[in-house]
Amino acid sequence: MGSLFAFTLLGLFTGAAYAIMASGLVLTYTTTRVFNIAHGAFGMLLSFVFWDFTQRQGVPTWLALVLVLGVVAPAIGWFIQRFVTRGLGEGPVSVALVVTVGLLVGLIGLAQQLWPPEPRVLLPFYSGTGWKVGDTFITAHQLITLVCAVGVAVGLYLLLNRTRIGTAMRASVDNPELLKLFGGKPDRVAALSWAIGISLAALGGILLTPVVLLDYYALTLLVINAYAAAMLGRLKSLPMTFAGAMALGILESLAVGYLPTDGFLSSFRPVIPALFLFAIVVLMPQAQLRIGQVKGIVTAPLPTMRKSLGSGAVLLAVAFVVINVVAPNQVLLIGVAATYAMVMLSLVLLTGYGGHVSLAQFTFAGVGALTYAKLDEPNLFGLAMAALVAAGVGALVALPVLRLTGLYLALSTMAFAVLMDKVVFNADFAFKFNGTLAADRLSILGVRIGKDTSYVWFMVLAFVLLALALLVLRRGALGRLLIAMRDSPSACGTLGLDMRWFRVGLFALSAGIAGLAGGLFAGLRGTVGAADFLYFQSLLVLLLAVVFGATSVTGALLGGTALMLLPELQASSPQLAGLMFVVIGFGAVLLGRDPNGLANHLFKVARWVGDRVAPGLDERLQSLLPRGGGRAGSADGADGAVDVPLVDVPGAGAGPDARVIEKVV
Amino acid sequence: MALLEVDDVVVRFGGVTAVNRATFTADRGQITGLIGPNGAGKTTCFNVITGLQRPTKGKVRYRERDVTGWPVHKRAKHGVGRTFQRLEAFGSLSVRDNVRVAHEIHGGPLAWFGRSRTNIEALLDRVGIRDYADERADSIPTGTARLLELARCLASDPKLLLLDEPSSGLDETETDAFGELLVELAAEGCAVLMVEHDMDLVMGVCDEIHVLDFGEIIASGAPAAIRSDPKVQRAYLGYSDDDADAGRDSDTSVIEAVTS
Repeated sequence: MGSLFAFTLLGLFTGAAYAIMASGLVLTYTTTRVFNIAHGAFGMLLSFVFWDFTQRQGVPTWLALVLVLGVVAPAIGWFIQRFVTRGLGEGPVSVALVVTVGLLVGLIGLAQQLWPPEPRVLLPFYSGTGWKVGDTFITAHQLITLVCAVGVAVGLYLLLNRTRIGTAMRASVDNPELLKLFGGKPDRVAALSWAIGISLAALGGILLTPVVLLDYYALTLLVINAYAAAMLGRLKSLPMTFAGAMALGILESLAVGYLPTDGFLSSFRPVIPALFLFAIVVLMPQAQLRIGQVKGIVTAPLPTMRKSLGSGAVLLAVAFVVINVVAPNQVLLIGVAATYAMVMLSLVLLTGYGGHVSLAQFTFAGVGALTYAKLDEPNLFGLAMAALVAAGVGALVALPVLRLTGLYLALSTMAFAVLMDKVVFNADFAFKFNGTLAADRLSILGVRIGKDTSYVWFMVLAFVLLALALLVLRRGALGRLLIAMRDSPSACGTLGLDMRWFRVGLFALSAGIAGLAGGLFAGLRGTVGAADFLYFQSLLVLLLAVVFGATSVTGALLGGTALMLLPELQASSPQLAGLMFVVIGFGAVLLGRDPNGLANHLFKVARWVGDRVAPGLDERLQSLLPRGGGRAGSADGADGAVDVPLVDVPGAGAGPDARVIEKVV
Repeated sequence: MALLEVDDVVVRFGGVTAVNRATFTADRGQITGLIGPNGAGKTTCFNVITGLQRPTKGKVRYRERDVTGWPVHKRAKHGVGRTFQRLEAFGSLSVRDNVRVAHEIHGGPLAWFGRSRTNIEALLDRVGIRDYADERADSIPTGTARLLELARCLASDPKLLLLDEPSSGLDETETDAFGELLVELAAEGCAVLMVEHDMDLVMGVCDEIHVLDFGEIIASGAPAAIRSDPKVQRAYLGYSDDDADAGRDSDTSVIEAVTS
């Protein structure tokens, strides 16, 4: 009984630190409706800053604390609200998520660049000091953590209930527009909550660093603990968030005390927050549909079928030439690019068309790869199995979130990715800890595609077929439904659409596509392991998909190629490794507001060139070319017809094209 | 029994009571008006009827069944259709595709492959937006978008039609045509429940009118009775014919419509 008390007490201390972090997250989310996935990453960065102040610059601890919590953190919070997240709350949830995931990746890169990997120690406060309570030794640091949590709770209570700006903060939770009408200043409220929120992230991070160590990723992942705790209060209630944080802390502590120290069960300890999160999500009540159409979504133009087929054929031909020309080791890289591009196609379906965000897409590829590697002599049926298993797992992830909104789905996927990465992929029935599985090349109708060049070309073919399938789907009734659900869920509901199962189906289909890519990837590599499917990879996949354009298959192709090049660039200049993340992360922050990405800009340039150059060409070549032929050559794979491409109309002229450009611009 | 019965419904948001013990009905073949000043709780009533808002207390009965606990889509499947005050058109789809999606949702997977063009074109014609069929729905004028929402709703073959300020943004001719369309729909057996500020339209087409003020039904009856009801006049104008020396500062069109 004594040890139960001890573990509970210890859990309370960790829970207190989680509570501090989580309350910052809730504060920023409720007042600005921007869910900051990078909350833990800010805590991480500021813990490094604190380390730098105290250990490298020799600033006294108290002064460093005042500087970090009182100056640096609030300044960053203000800056981020003012220049990055402002206005994101009114847009689609997916955009806010992508932008903050961009922040997360960018901050990790920034930390790696500023403080290159080396062992760093941040000692607990008053290290060595402590008291014995019963058989338990309580350190001064733990006591300080608890005192800080109580201080934060009281401080927030007083701020929200006893001050004018606090009342405005609470009002902006209910209705920011109304607050503006009544003379409140939502911008000031938002800036203040972000300043306080980031400061609380910093405090939580600094207090937890002696427990989780000064590590880029471990501290960043604390955001999962924070939002798991916050979900108990539906991401809104601060008291419930504190309760959730304490419960999570105690649960973790009990897991440390009572779970066996070896075997499969032991690996569950690091993923208690993820499991806690799923448990709460299952118990949450049905969410109400929100009225209020999501504005400002512009869809990338949909190419005509003829153009899609043409582009596909060109891509296959180009790939064939390139594969047979480049050095043998580079052939495999093209296969890797095709894998990434296919995973990004799954995001075109889910995010580009459906408006949902998954932070676990590469994990589903891992599930596909695992299934594939388990098969002897895999054939097309085996590849289908890989896709089906991944789709099934995808459905399992989406099921508990069935009744909730897209934000919860995205948050669950991140917890799921970490769960798979840390536990399932390392389990004995999967890749085993630090282990790999051998995977054979694919056989079609009894013929094994053994040669690298043939296999990689087959992967490119798979990409083209998937892309064409997606375009056909987008054109049909399902595509229209997806767009309709993204534009106005409440209108879909009042027209009689049960979106819950539809969403599960969509998520499963998207996971299946990723699983298929994973299966092909396993065959390409020959051996695959858990290290190939780290959760972080899913974040990069999402960011590059959005940067290059999550609404078009061209974007997926470009994004896949870029993601393949990333490790190559990092390897060629290791001193800039962190900088790559900074570029990708902050690139996504800049471009995340437009999910059509760089691909759409390419289309625009192509069309602009087409409109400027083609008329002149037409005049000259009128006698040589059939009408419209001059233009078709210059437009890069995309036709202007938005949403009405029922039939291919060759030579429709510049009229409709020009109109579309106006709208897209 | 009436097709729709709203029974003693209360909706509270925090400390604010948006709807207080509202009781009213709407029946087949009739056009029922729901009027009242801004913030009276009209749209909240619609949300309760369609399932977008759970009432704090009270019941909604539809076709003699208690549907209070039903999800939004189930009510829609059983014939409850609505349009929105703050437009909810599918902005990135064309006008035609907006209606087509509704048709496809209503018909289920079988309708996805069927050839239903004629139906859709007929609907676009009926509400008079055929000219806009190929435009993106977020690029058309507000009045047209309201008609689009009506067409979209009609594509799902509703038995109860809830229209939230359908005529705002329409000019006089369009409003007249719209009124005729409503009378036609009612004649076909549809129950129409309409929130509307255009008193000429409301008084012209409605069979029965319910007046909401601060969440409470303060009057129900035929247009003529509502027009002369002192409580209604007070709610709209701040005074009634019975009150002496009160100032006129409200919306003049409403004053004229109610008092003329």
